[in-house]
Amino acid sequence: MLRAALPLLGLPLAGAGATEEPTQEPGSPAEPPPGLALFRWQWHEVEAPYLVALWILVASLAKIVFHLSRKVTSLVPESCLLILLGLVLGGIVLAVAKKAEYQLEPGTFFLFLLPPIVLDSGYFMPSRLFFDNLGAILTYAVVGTLWNAFTTGAALWGLQQAGLVAPRVQAGLLDFLLFGSLISAVDPVAVLAVFEEVHVNETLFIIVFGESLLNDAVTVVLYKVCNSFVEMGSAKVQATDYLKGVASLFVVSLGGAAVGLVFAFLLALTTRFTKRVRIIEPLLVFLLAYAAYLTAEMASLSAILAVTMCGLGCKKYVEANISHKSRTAVKYTMKTLASCAETVIFMLLGISAVDSSKWAWDSGLVLGTLFFILFFRALGVVLQTWVLNQFRLVPLDKIDQVVMSYGGLRGAVAFALVILLDRTKVPAKDYFVATTIVVVFFTVIVQGLTIKPLVKWLKVKRSEHHKPTLNQELHEHTFDHILAAVEDVVGHHGYHYWRDRWEQFDKKYLSQLLMRRSAYRIRDQIWDVYYRLNIRDAISFVDQGGHVLSSTGLTLPSMPSRNSVAETSVTNLLRESGSGACLDLQVIDTVRSGRDREDAVMHHLLCGGLYKPRRRYKASCSRHFISEDAQERQDKEVFQQNMKRRLESFKSTKHNICFTKSKPRPRKAGRKKKDGVANTEDTNGKSRDLGFQDTAAVILTVESEEEKESDSSETEKEDDEGIIFVARATSEVLQESKVSGSLEVCPSPRIIPPSPTCAEKELPWKSGQGDLAVYVSSETTKIVPVDMQTGWNQSISSLESLASPPCTQAPTMTRLPPHPLAAEEPQAPLDLPSDPHPSFAFPPSLAKAGRSRSESSADIPRQQELQPLMGHEDHTHLSPGTANSHWCIQFNRGGRL
Amino acid sequence: MGAAHSASEEVRELVGKTGCHPLLSRDVAASWPHSLTVSSDQIEQLHRRFKQLSGDQPTIRKENFNNVPDLELNPIRSKIVRAFFDNRNLRKGPSGLADEINFEDFLTIMSYFRPIDIAMDEEQVQLCRKEKLRFLFHMYDSDSDGRITLEEYRNVVEELLSGNPHIEKESARSIADGAMMEAASVCVGQMEPDQVYEGITFDDFLKIWQGIDIETKMHVRFLNVETMALCH
Repeated sequence: MLRAALPLLGLPLAGAGATEEPTQEPGSPAEPPPGLALFRWQWHEVEAPYLVALWILVASLAKIVFHLSRKVTSLVPESCLLILLGLVLGGIVLAVAKKAEYQLEPGTFFLFLLPPIVLDSGYFMPSRLFFDNLGAILTYAVVGTLWNAFTTGAALWGLQQAGLVAPRVQAGLLDFLLFGSLISAVDPVAVLAVFEEVHVNETLFIIVFGESLLNDAVTVVLYKVCNSFVEMGSAKVQATDYLKGVASLFVVSLGGAAVGLVFAFLLALTTRFTKRVRIIEPLLVFLLAYAAYLTAEMASLSAILAVTMCGLGCKKYVEANISHKSRTAVKYTMKTLASCAETVIFMLLGISAVDSSKWAWDSGLVLGTLFFILFFRALGVVLQTWVLNQFRLVPLDKIDQVVMSYGGLRGAVAFALVILLDRTKVPAKDYFVATTIVVVFFTVIVQGLTIKPLVKWLKVKRSEHHKPTLNQELHEHTFDHILAAVEDVVGHHGYHYWRDRWEQFDKKYLSQLLMRRSAYRIRDQIWDVYYRLNIRDAISFVDQGGHVLSSTGLTLPSMPSRNSVAETSVTNLLRESGSGACLDLQVIDTVRSGRDREDAVMHHLLCGGLYKPRRRYKASCSRHFISEDAQERQDKEVFQQNMKRRLESFKSTKHNICFTKSKPRPRKAGRKKKDGVANTEDTNGKSRDLGFQDTAAVILTVESEEEKESDSSETEKEDDEGIIFVARATSEVLQESKVSGSLEVCPSPRIIPPSPTCAEKELPWKSGQGDLAVYVSSETTKIVPVDMQTGWNQSISSLESLASPPCTQAPTMTRLPPHPLAAEEPQAPLDLPSDPHPSFAFPPSLAKAGRSRSESSADIPRQQELQPLMGHEDHTHLSPGTANSHWCIQFNRGGRL
Repeated sequence: MGAAHSASEEVRELVGKTGCHPLLSRDVAASWPHSLTVSSDQIEQLHRRFKQLSGDQPTIRKENFNNVPDLELNPIRSKIVRAFFDNRNLRKGPSGLADEINFEDFLTIMSYFRPIDIAMDEEQVQLCRKEKLRFLFHMYDSDSDGRITLEEYRNVVEELLSGNPHIEKESARSIADGAMMEAASVCVGQMEPDQVYEGITFDDFLKIWQGIDIETKMHVRFLNVETMALCH
């Protein structure tokens, strides 16, 4: 692929105006005839953008090729490969065009290539971690960079004085300081490229990375100051100039940060009002961030700092304001742009190095620089760490220091800066260029290659990748509060105190100003985690074809506090709370055991019909997906479906099969049909079919969930991991459903085990899965996000309209009113062991009939939920296609496993 | 300033009485072998603050904490204040609340927030970690039965979220429920169908925290920094 791309590049590079594009060749007339041209070749008009596109394409293709082999990429950082590729390409260009072209232009680099990378890193910077380590980061960025610049510059000058640098390198102390200032800064692009693959622990990463971002201000200032000194000539530099230099450090850094924050504020504020024009939300993020960069650049402030602060500052509010889809769009666009830019930078670096006309070699200078930057970096890190460790709660140990020193990679920023030097003012520019290239190549390639083995060998604490858990989040919040409180008690205004203050301020003013009201309301970190986990859980639930039932959830009912749970049942929430209510499915689940009497047989009856409407939903879903303006609705629908499915399954898991309902039932024909179906279903084979039908439907939905997945942008990576997928031979289904049939009947409601087993057995898909063991999914939290609430309500109301005249009679459960039961549930588990009566089986049809009746009376809202399903119920659809879907399932399972 | 002076005198007195760092009591010393690195400067500092809180009384009562204005905004303030008087945290008994605490108790509580010493070996770090977590655990387990029940958990979560008036109790509850289920799944793994998860025991609690660095999370810097600031 790569080889094929090369000539493509080479040809335009040759500079021939009539270069043919291979892609356009077919069908193009050979010669443009005079007069009206049938075909005109206008290479020059498209040349610039065409070349840009081609470069990016080549870089991307190269990336693909690199990643074809996992072995290579696991050993060699991508940046190394790209640089090498650049060298090769540069060589080819040089050979073809006889002159070096397409180099890394400083202008292009600073205006177009750098901003996306910095924005990406700023925006996705783990802000908590960043601020927790801000002290260390600032120290390394400011003190470290100054130290590196001055020591390297001075040492090189000393080297020259000692005669180790060839005399043709005409440079004075100032020149060397200038060179030192540009070569000393750790480069964010290189660091990011290498460290992202190394996976050191997060503290170490944030320190090295944060340093590389924040040292930009220092680099810029040093570079500018030295450069102007050099241009003025050292004789004319006065004491005030030095003072000005120091002052400009503050101006540039604080000014840059301020510009960034101002734009972050604007950005957050703007996104607050984009409710009706969701489509431009991502665009706004990029535009304003870029504007921040350009503004800072214009005012010769630190542009990198500006964008970093902009990204860092706006993220919280922007994420709260913009829609899910926009969030995804922002995320992927940002990542794409950054990765593009990074790729191009490294490739261009390689290409630029080929141009020998620009550089002049001096071994003394090159070797000296290499040695000094490594040595002083290490020395600086050790010294600073020693000081920092006096203050740090978690000291940085020796290994960390080694990695930090070794991770000081130089990169394209240094190269671009050195290219910017004025040869007339800095006579040694060519030597500096050569040295910079060598340093950059050395750090990126040699250090980049070896840092991974080094990290392994030193056993650096790696980042532990664990999924966020709700408990962890809760506990950490508690910790934060405790610490703030303890600082209050002790009367010491430390870090926690100020963080706490800031959070109060943020909550009181900033968030209110910058967040949409709806977003602000539910804005809470704990809630966010909950929300995310729920989404992830929902996805995994669907991925598993609806088999997930966290056993733990089901055991909860045994807890003494059950009654309160009962109050939060779905129906109640839907009817009463109406706003922002969270529908916790687990809660629903547990509740239902008390108040709704549902049974699996009923489920068997329904399942054929249950998924019919869902399929239709599917279709409409994808339609909405395409049309932009319906995004929100689509979100809701997917969620809704998800919810519903779970609800169904949970309902059916209700073990309280024991009701004897003497209900007057205003049942409709559909229901009756159901009963009929149920009767015919007595055979296990039939019910199995139904089960498959179910699963098939579930699979259908998976794709849409995939979309959902991308919505919940944070979760995608881990989604798969959390899924516990157990498949069993289908042969077991038969037995299982038999068992379930017998288990269904419980003599007394009180002894009904709120345990999942019963439920699982009853569920067609459960039995299809054939695993009686309780699944414990690692993400067990379920929630219906608040914004789904309206969706719910909508769906419910629509269902209502479908439903038969609501049966208004109060549920008359002869055996036991639902509420008391709910209250008494806590005791139920205790009786558990005694309850099983597997031997006593109602005739399934009887049980079913009874249940369906009871179901109708149990709870009106619930009925309404079920209604539509029944309305569409059509048992003729039950068997057709079951075989297919069955196979589909099997296949799917195989794949997943 | 007179108070401060007398405070340090008192400290010296205590130092004289019991050895090098008497204010960290025997129990503290026993379980925190390395906690004795608290300098007398720090102790003096804390003592000064203690006096300030107590209004120059030898003991602090709950009401004294009302005088800390910054505490007011803390959503879990009552829980935290309670923790100061919790006998379990004070190592005075398996349950119950103390009415008042003296300076030594105060220091005992403070010692939970000590940073981990570099010099500690693995075992001590573990011990230290456990102590810190125990403090947190006790805060959750308000009825001292060694178990965080759902009810207790909900309580905490509700308080945690009480800072945001827009989040309803139901939400807090369901979050707590979710967390509880998560805890159950982490701790028990695959549960038997008829198994009942009654609450998070301390062992379970440790399990939940497995792999999470708390070293950075339950420290208060003052115990470190002020030595620097006050060191001669």
